[in-house]
Amino acid sequence: MPDQSPLLSLSKLSLRFKGQPVCAVEDVSLSVAAGEILCVVGESGCGKSVTAMALMGLLPPGAAEIHGGVMTFDGQAFDLTKDRVPSDLRGGRIAMIFQEPMTSLNPVFRVGEQIAESVQRHSGCSRGDARLRSLEMLRCVGLPSPERLLDQYPHQFSGGQRQRVMIAMALANDPRLLIADEPTTALDVTIQAQILNLIRDLQRDTGMGTIMITHDLGVVADVADTVAVMYGGHIVESGPMTEIFENPQHPYTIGLMASVPRLSGPRQRLTTINGTVPSIRQMPSGCRFRTRCAFAAETCSTRPAQAEVGPDHSVACHFAPLEQMLKVAG
Amino acid sequence: MTAILEARDVKKHFRIGGGLFGKAALVRAVDGVSLSITSGETFAIVGESGCGKSTLARVLMRLLDPTEGEVVFDGTAVTHASGRTLADLRRNMQFIFQDPFSSLNPRMTVGKLIGEPLEIHAPQLSAKDRHAKVADLLAQVGLRREHAGRYPHEFSGGQRQRIGIARALASGPRLIIGDEPVSALDVSVQAQVINLLSDLGRDLGLTLILIAHDLAVIRHMSDRVAVMYLGKIVEQGTTDALFEAPRHPYTRALLDAIPDPDDRNRAGRPQIDGEMPSPAAPPPGCAFHTRCAHATDRCRKVVPVPDETSDGHMTACHHWRDIVDAPRQPFPLNRSAATKARLDLYRKATEGAKITQIAQPKPDREEMR
Ligand SMILES: Nc1ncnc2c1ncn2[C@@H]1O[C@H](COP(=O)(O)OP(=O)(O)O)[C@@H](O)[C@H]1O
Ligand SMILES: Nc1ncnc2c1ncn2[C@@H]1O[C@H](COP(=O)(O)OP(=O)(O)O)[C@@H](O)[C@H]1O
Ligand code: SF4
Ligand SMILES: [Mg+2]
Ligand SMILES: [Mg+2]
Repeated sequence: MPDQSPLLSLSKLSLRFKGQPVCAVEDVSLSVAAGEILCVVGESGCGKSVTAMALMGLLPPGAAEIHGGVMTFDGQAFDLTKDRVPSDLRGGRIAMIFQEPMTSLNPVFRVGEQIAESVQRHSGCSRGDARLRSLEMLRCVGLPSPERLLDQYPHQFSGGQRQRVMIAMALANDPRLLIADEPTTALDVTIQAQILNLIRDLQRDTGMGTIMITHDLGVVADVADTVAVMYGGHIVESGPMTEIFENPQHPYTIGLMASVPRLSGPRQRLTTINGTVPSIRQMPSGCRFRTRCAFAAETCSTRPAQAEVGPDHSVACHFAPLEQMLKVAG
Repeated sequence: MTAILEARDVKKHFRIGGGLFGKAALVRAVDGVSLSITSGETFAIVGESGCGKSTLARVLMRLLDPTEGEVVFDGTAVTHASGRTLADLRRNMQFIFQDPFSSLNPRMTVGKLIGEPLEIHAPQLSAKDRHAKVADLLAQVGLRREHAGRYPHEFSGGQRQRIGIARALASGPRLIIGDEPVSALDVSVQAQVINLLSDLGRDLGLTLILIAHDLAVIRHMSDRVAVMYLGKIVEQGTTDALFEAPRHPYTRALLDAIPDPDDRNRAGRPQIDGEMPSPAAPPPGCAFHTRCAHATDRCRKVVPVPDETSDGHMTACHHWRDIVDAPRQPFPLNRSAATKARLDLYRKATEGAKITQIAQPKPDREEMR
């Protein structure tokens, strides 16, 4: 593995929401290099969005106590417990897109004005240049007749087109890092495929780093270079994409793979993960997955550390690597 | 093979606008659908949002009146039913909604919610018998007797969907229509509910009509599938035939668009451009022609007639016979030996096999702080 220094790295982010007994996100570390797509995958409530918001300095003020976490971006380190992530990074060198584009688009302004405004704010260029840049971006995200679209309002677009507008706006300032929080979850599959292909192409052209948040292992297989699997606010497994699919180690990763209905192979009864994600008030001590884990034993009430099981591949489970530790009796 | 439910050229058009704002338009939500559902089968209807699935389901259930065509349940015309006949239909056909939360009255206990359809459809039951029946229903969907005293908000999404299913089962229906019953659930929970529905369908001899936008989910739980596009069925066949040898260009496009964890090269699959047009202004000819790579002049002018082969597989496309032979990248099942072994170990563990520890966890793995 070439020792490429990451574009962004996050080290041991822990944060607790006011009034909650335990951290919603605990000891989360991840990193992404330029030109690379990191997928953060996990079921709803596992802390994906909160982690992204913390990175962007977008958590509602006063809602959470950050107990620890250092973010290094482009060689610059920020101690998230005290430093404020500079607001000029947001929408400039770090851009973000969300599941629902209407959360970031203002319904009363024309789309062209909104993109131009963001360009002007970050580059200080003239209005004319900003408008030209908006036009170029709308064309670049594959919207038909961009000249006409510049003067339209967000509600005049379909869901898929709005997501394209969001991407145009996010990329208008040539960000080094794109954080995409479930950008295709609300879209139909054929539109999702278009948007994923678009993000992949733009990413390849610009060489930016991307953190893509998703709950869908299919999306991971489609776009990821590296993967971080989250459960209950912890990263339980992380590594290169092929490693995760060809050598999954954490029982949660394996359970997730087993429960996804497939397009190929036998049409058999689906394997499931027992129970549901516990609420933050009922989060077990030790391994947070142990209340649902098929392999849980007494040891699991102490918290497993991240262990390296391969190059860049680490797992937080007492029983990794699985087949060296466990077998079916008899 | 007896048909339990039939739809004959059903149309549902909505008139919109025409007031102060904008001009009036006719939304052809369902535009000529014929179906014949066999007793005891699980029949799936798939398609992208806005293609008319929910509207069709509501017409089948007589929650909406069709603009044209008729629906027949077990020999009885649903379309004109009233009074006693309609009450019988309501008992025999039940509905499960996508969003279990908004479909359950938050102020009613689970016991009340499940008991309510019993009061309506089995008024002869004593209160004691009704409670016993509620407890049975809870057990049937994997919930506990004690849950009867709780309120919907105390349950997770998957559990609420179980409550919705128990409620649907209460009247002892012969047919259940589920409108995206697992779409809002997380994968691990989705799999639990899929298994539950399959078990109930089999054990109670139910006919299930499942509506979904996710083809992979459908593949695991249905016997036959109908694919809808812009208010019409474009392909219908057995689940195996449809997934192994899809005929309609739209079905093929849908399948190619699905990201599958085993398919690490979806980017290499063909992509269809554009979006589904509005049902208020459907394109002439084949409604799919605006996105179809095979479209010809004929497709732009002439509506394709459903073409059914002797195996009962129906396709509404002018050119399917030429297209079907075109090579198609099959879905890979590319799992490493390690992944297979672990999925197998996991499956056995969840099925109750005894797992023994053959080595001690390394002490440095414990407690990081
Ligand atoms: N503002 C908030 N106040 C309290 N708890 C919150 C807040 N935002 C998120 N949480 C909790 O943090 C956890 C992680 O949420 P989130 O990151 O949104 O999950 P997801 O993985 O679905 O994106 C959840 O338990 C959620 O309820
Ligand atoms: N009551 C209504 N009035 C007007 N248009 C409607 C109404 N119900 C549904 N539609 C329209 O009919 C089309 C099909 O809707 P629907 O049956 O909900 O699709 P699906 O369930 O496949 O997403 C959509 O364009 C929708 O906007
Ligand atoms: S009829 Fe023509 S446009 Fe329609 S699906 Fe077939 S080939 Fe494509
Ligand atoms: Mg989220
Ligand atoms: Mg619907």
